[in-house]
Amino acid sequence: MSQTEVRTTGNRASDRQKASKRQAWRNFIQVAGILPILLVICIVFSLVSPSFLSPGNLINVIRQASINIVLATGMTFVILTGGIDLSVGSILGVTAVVGVLVSLIPGAGLFAVPAALLAGVCLGLLNGALIAYLGLPPFIVTLGSYTALRGVAYLVANGTTVINRNLNFAWIGNNYLGPIPWLVVIALLAVVASWFVLRRTVLGRHIYAVGGNIRAARLTGIKVSQVLLFVYGVSGLLSGLGGIMSASRLYSATGMLGQGYELDAIAAVILGGTSFTGGIGTIWGTLLGALIIALLNNGLTLMNVSFFWQLVVKGLVIIIAVTIDRLRTRSSAA
Amino acid sequence: MVSSTQPSIKTKPVLEMQGITKTFHGFTALHDVNLTIYPGEVHALMGENGAGKSTLMKILAGAYIADAGEIRIDGQSVRMTDPGQARDLGIAIIYQELNLAPNLTVAENIFMGSELTKGGTLIDQDGMRRKAAEVLENLDASFDAGDLVSTLSIAEQQQVEIARALKDKSRILVMDEPTAALSDRETEKLFEVVRRLRNEGIAIIYISHRMEEIYALADRVSVIRDGGYIGSLEKSEISAARLVEMMVGRSLKDLYEHKRQTTPGPVVLEVRNLSDGHKVKPANFQLHAGEIVGLAGLVGAGRTELARLIFGADRKASGEIKLEGRRVNIAEPTNAIESGIAYVPEDIKDKRPLNILTPDDAIEAGIAYVPEDRKNLGLFLEMSSGENITLNVLGREAKAGIINSKSLFKIVADAVNNLGIRLASPSIRAMDLSGGNQQKLLLARWLAINPKVLLLDEPTRGVDIGAKSEIYRIISDLAANGVAILMISSELPEIVGMSDRVLVMRAGSLVGEVGGSTGEAITQENIMAYATGAREVAKS
Repeated sequence: MSQTEVRTTGNRASDRQKASKRQAWRNFIQVAGILPILLVICIVFSLVSPSFLSPGNLINVIRQASINIVLATGMTFVILTGGIDLSVGSILGVTAVVGVLVSLIPGAGLFAVPAALLAGVCLGLLNGALIAYLGLPPFIVTLGSYTALRGVAYLVANGTTVINRNLNFAWIGNNYLGPIPWLVVIALLAVVASWFVLRRTVLGRHIYAVGGNIRAARLTGIKVSQVLLFVYGVSGLLSGLGGIMSASRLYSATGMLGQGYELDAIAAVILGGTSFTGGIGTIWGTLLGALIIALLNNGLTLMNVSFFWQLVVKGLVIIIAVTIDRLRTRSSAA
Repeated sequence: MVSSTQPSIKTKPVLEMQGITKTFHGFTALHDVNLTIYPGEVHALMGENGAGKSTLMKILAGAYIADAGEIRIDGQSVRMTDPGQARDLGIAIIYQELNLAPNLTVAENIFMGSELTKGGTLIDQDGMRRKAAEVLENLDASFDAGDLVSTLSIAEQQQVEIARALKDKSRILVMDEPTAALSDRETEKLFEVVRRLRNEGIAIIYISHRMEEIYALADRVSVIRDGGYIGSLEKSEISAARLVEMMVGRSLKDLYEHKRQTTPGPVVLEVRNLSDGHKVKPANFQLHAGEIVGLAGLVGAGRTELARLIFGADRKASGEIKLEGRRVNIAEPTNAIESGIAYVPEDIKDKRPLNILTPDDAIEAGIAYVPEDRKNLGLFLEMSSGENITLNVLGREAKAGIINSKSLFKIVADAVNNLGIRLASPSIRAMDLSGGNQQKLLLARWLAINPKVLLLDEPTRGVDIGAKSEIYRIISDLAANGVAILMISSELPEIVGMSDRVLVMRAGSLVGEVGGSTGEAITQENIMAYATGAREVAKS
């Protein structure tokens, strides 16, 4: 008997050491996320198309990704609580139109950006209030606002394209800070600010707690409704920011702006390793996910792959990347 | 230690497991375990959580494949590789988490996976219902084959699972802690069914921690500890002392450390006419500083509901709460926490033993399914241990909403020291800890707010006996430091061993009090007399 005791205790001690190492590896995986997949994609494209890795092209890729990065950042907040926001593309459409319309009002040009952001926050809070206080399912609420707000975007634009050739915030979409486009700077600022909120603040920790175990969160005294309201508000705000970015690039906006953007944003978040059921995920993963999508678009275009095939490849890569990630986290957990 | 004894029933064994060994990623879960089961016996399988009982049963079910050892059914060596095969060999397992589809009928559940058909494609509803009804009649069930499973009680759902096993002509029936969610009356009913099955020659492997059930049911008992086979006892040899010693490897004389208080401190919490309007009838009681008050009652008596009302987790319909003489308005948990009231909810632990290393292992084995309504209420399993401990004091320690890692680190270190949490690093996820350590994490989180009143709901449920004694020590220490403690527990020995005073609930009302100044002794008999209503009948 005593032999058995010694054997098992020995095993338990080494087991604990292993557990500790395993944890370190798991944390690394969470941060590194899908970095290997991103690198593989870069290598493949650089072999096929030499111009792919030029600094000019890479900056171009990030600029193309910038709006999706911003939307996906907001989406990360929502999905971390176990929710979903299908309305981000529609909110982007509404806010872009609002931004351009306000810029056209003589003397009110300065208020264009704040107006668009405010519209975004309000629409997001509306989603959040329905979900947090009426207890409606996020999918249903945002499916409704996805449709309704698309209609609102067309209505506000009066069914046409609103154009402002002297758009006072056009610098956002077309100017550079040193060698880096403002769009990229803004997207990265949104990411860093979100990282700070999620990792360094009480509110951020509460977001993870609500997503991890909502009933336990309630019993811990976390104000779950306020947390939910906040995440949908953030998603709306960042959709408004996306609206500004889109409009500034185009000097115009239409009711159809941002159609389908929600899917790319969700894809980026999921590619980045955030759990669909909430509670697990990082903002850095989301950034990488958005970059992968942009790299694919860019690389496939450089390779003269037809648009139809691009869609097929993009879809497959998302499924394959998530599969690999699942397999890897499983083996790293073992 | 204890030699394997002669079988009481002189027949050929229906099942022999010999030299079963199983390792997971270098961790030895089972080492050379033997188990011999005869037809027509109730064979209790005992051991602490993590001892390897579940792993052994999963090998029997074909969910795991043993690294070494032999399984013989009726003397024939078999190689079990998948659950379907085990079923064909007449082995059925009823897990604690029932595997039923709530929106299907009883008959449909009984025949799930082996539906009767007409001509191979159309479901034969009538035939299934008829056959199911026959099986149910044999079980003396109080419900119909056509009833929806969602309308049945837990006990009745268990009968559906048993019926499913009988329909398959199972000869070996494994029941994993079947009474965990049952009331006393339901338990008695289950026992009748088990005895009837035994008399029909079915071998029953009965996994349980509860000593009284072993006395009532078992013909033989086998004990495993730390993955090793310790021995078997005949019915005549069974005694609590002996079983505990076999399970723990030492005798446990001083499990309950608490020294009963004779002079209560000042009143800390006063509850007046508190009611939610339906499940909790207006309740009145007081808690004194430094006092441990047990809250006893049968399952469903409203104990958890009362605690949740005090804590503001549910809406109250009437009543008031006074803390240190002052009336406090508790509308939601935040208010309670600010007043210094902590509620540690019952935390349904993930049942997987320590040696299953990934959730996938458990899911593969078909056991990790925890229905929504029984999910854990306390821990954030995906979060690190440190994050779990500090969740309640984040705001207190923060400046302008920004987390203060340094002060949190100190809180975690103190908690780990004071409560004896075994932790390689605070970054380890809560889900990777054992049940005992998880329970301590939960306690640590609430102790971090320095509560004046601590409401404990089943503080040692799902925790092995070693961790239990440590948790009892922690609770005693808290009382000694002046915390007023209300402890809900369904384990009467725990209530009797730890409480200075016991309140008893029945059907939503506080119906009795023993200990303290009542003059009635704290005994299981006195408590049960109130809990079952026998006492009131006698008085009236």
